[in-house]
Amino acid sequence: MSSLISLLFETGDPRPENLAKILGKEKEEIEQELEELHENKTLLGWVPILNPDKADPEKVRAVIEVKISPEREGGFDRMALRISRFEEVDSCYLMSGGYDLLVFVSGKNLNLVANFISERLSTIEGVLSTATHFLLRPYKEQNHMLVQDGESEGKLPVTP
Amino acid sequence: MNPENFIADHVKNLPRSGIRDFFAIVSEMPQAISLGIGEPDFVTPWKIREASIFALEKGKTSYTDNRGLLSLRKEISKYCSSFFGPDYDPASEILVTVGVSEAIDIALRSILNPGDKVLYHEPCYVSYAPSVTLAFGEAIPVATTPGQEFSLDPEAFERAWEPGCKILMLNFPTNPTGGTAEREKLERLAKFAKEKDLIVISDEIYAELTYEGEHVSIASLPGMKERTLLLHGFSKAFAMTGFRVGFGCGPDWLIEAMMKIHQYCMMCAPILSQEAAIEALSNGTDDVMRMREQYMKRRDFVVRRFNEIGLNCHLPRGSFYAFPCIESTGMNEIDFCHRLLREQEVAVVPGTAFGNHGVNHVRASFSTSYEKLVEATERINAFVDCLDSENNLSAAV
Repeated sequence: MSSLISLLFETGDPRPENLAKILGKEKEEIEQELEELHENKTLLGWVPILNPDKADPEKVRAVIEVKISPEREGGFDRMALRISRFEEVDSCYLMSGGYDLLVFVSGKNLNLVANFISERLSTIEGVLSTATHFLLRPYKEQNHMLVQDGESEGKLPVTP
Repeated sequence: MNPENFIADHVKNLPRSGIRDFFAIVSEMPQAISLGIGEPDFVTPWKIREASIFALEKGKTSYTDNRGLLSLRKEISKYCSSFFGPDYDPASEILVTVGVSEAIDIALRSILNPGDKVLYHEPCYVSYAPSVTLAFGEAIPVATTPGQEFSLDPEAFERAWEPGCKILMLNFPTNPTGGTAEREKLERLAKFAKEKDLIVISDEIYAELTYEGEHVSIASLPGMKERTLLLHGFSKAFAMTGFRVGFGCGPDWLIEAMMKIHQYCMMCAPILSQEAAIEALSNGTDDVMRMREQYMKRRDFVVRRFNEIGLNCHLPRGSFYAFPCIESTGMNEIDFCHRLLREQEVAVVPGTAFGNHGVNHVRASFSTSYEKLVEATERINAFVDCLDSENNLSAAV
């Protein structure tokens, strides 16, 4: 992993001027590196990491285990890509184990998510079954603990 | 009743730590960015905390062997053998203490008779000279210098020696300077220690946080294990300051003497901390490497910024402190720290809090987030620019 990518993970700050300051490079040099990462599809985009309880407490998220029948040419890929294209689908993974695809979906309310699953996803030809689990409460989001560790009134401002 | 009559003279005469005075001011300013913290900003790795919780759940709430849990001493022995070099017998050559601070205290009390002398290098951790005084010894400071990037200078120790010296105290990498000790210099110092029949107390608490070259323990040099007390602990590298657990490894006769004091004044280190320490040594070294990598990157950033600002700063080869020289500002280190705090709300610690040889320097910990380091160095830059303008104006007048 390049020092730029590891710094992006560490600070969560994509501003070239700040990255340049820390890495001791020129701002233009960082902009160039970011552009190259975009061009070669290493860096796919910027997504803010939000605390779901605060950013959009009404939003409903679910994880769906999907069993599908593999196809002669292409295996699971065509079905996985088809499911992934729905805007309700946030992420989709081929899994080992008791089901084939793990699909993360989200919607404005329970009704919309339920409709998507029952009317769109499970009715696709080749989808054999679905098992849906609704997310109730987040504790850790994209490597960020939602309850902060180490916050203590005893932490001193100056120590030897 | 006159309270003065009830405080022992050697305690009464002990100066207050300079860091304490500064702490009092900074604690009134919660909004200030503090680079004055001498502990990791990382929380103890979860697996280590979890081991301590698990021990608590299992009801491990008793005293332990005075020397520490045998299973911990065995892990310490393995770790020392692989990291520092010497082999220590878990049964007789290792004592688990309440941090390295306790180990220093009981080692000095074990060795020193009133009036015995201790050579130590300065600037150094705040407790060394007071601990010697409290053990009725005489502390003799030996300067490490900016010209040598505060690294070990064996010749300075040789020059400072005088009859009555019994102990050489070392701390490399050093808090507050980040100075280290190279093998050749340690070899020369080891020869000197043997010639003058000195015991070496070597506090190597920052050993894992060595960024340049290899860390060499003086205990690993030929003929030195028998006259060296190697002190180490979990506070810095494993980010376990609040667990208060450290250890001393040395010749059995010294460990036995230290144990006598330890059993009466401390009994044992807390069992939950010892359980956490076992997990740290068994499975925590990857976390240490991860944190070390972060410190190193932050070090490079902070040192570069100080030099850009015009505060000459050597590259600390270990620890997590930068020790820039502030002489170019025309201020002394105490005024510099106070004004910086008042005007820009950034706390750094005056170098003289670590002994008189820290004059004209300040300690800035880089054990804090990039965000704070970026902001703090921006503010220091603004402060130094302001001082430059003042100096130019007064020169013109």
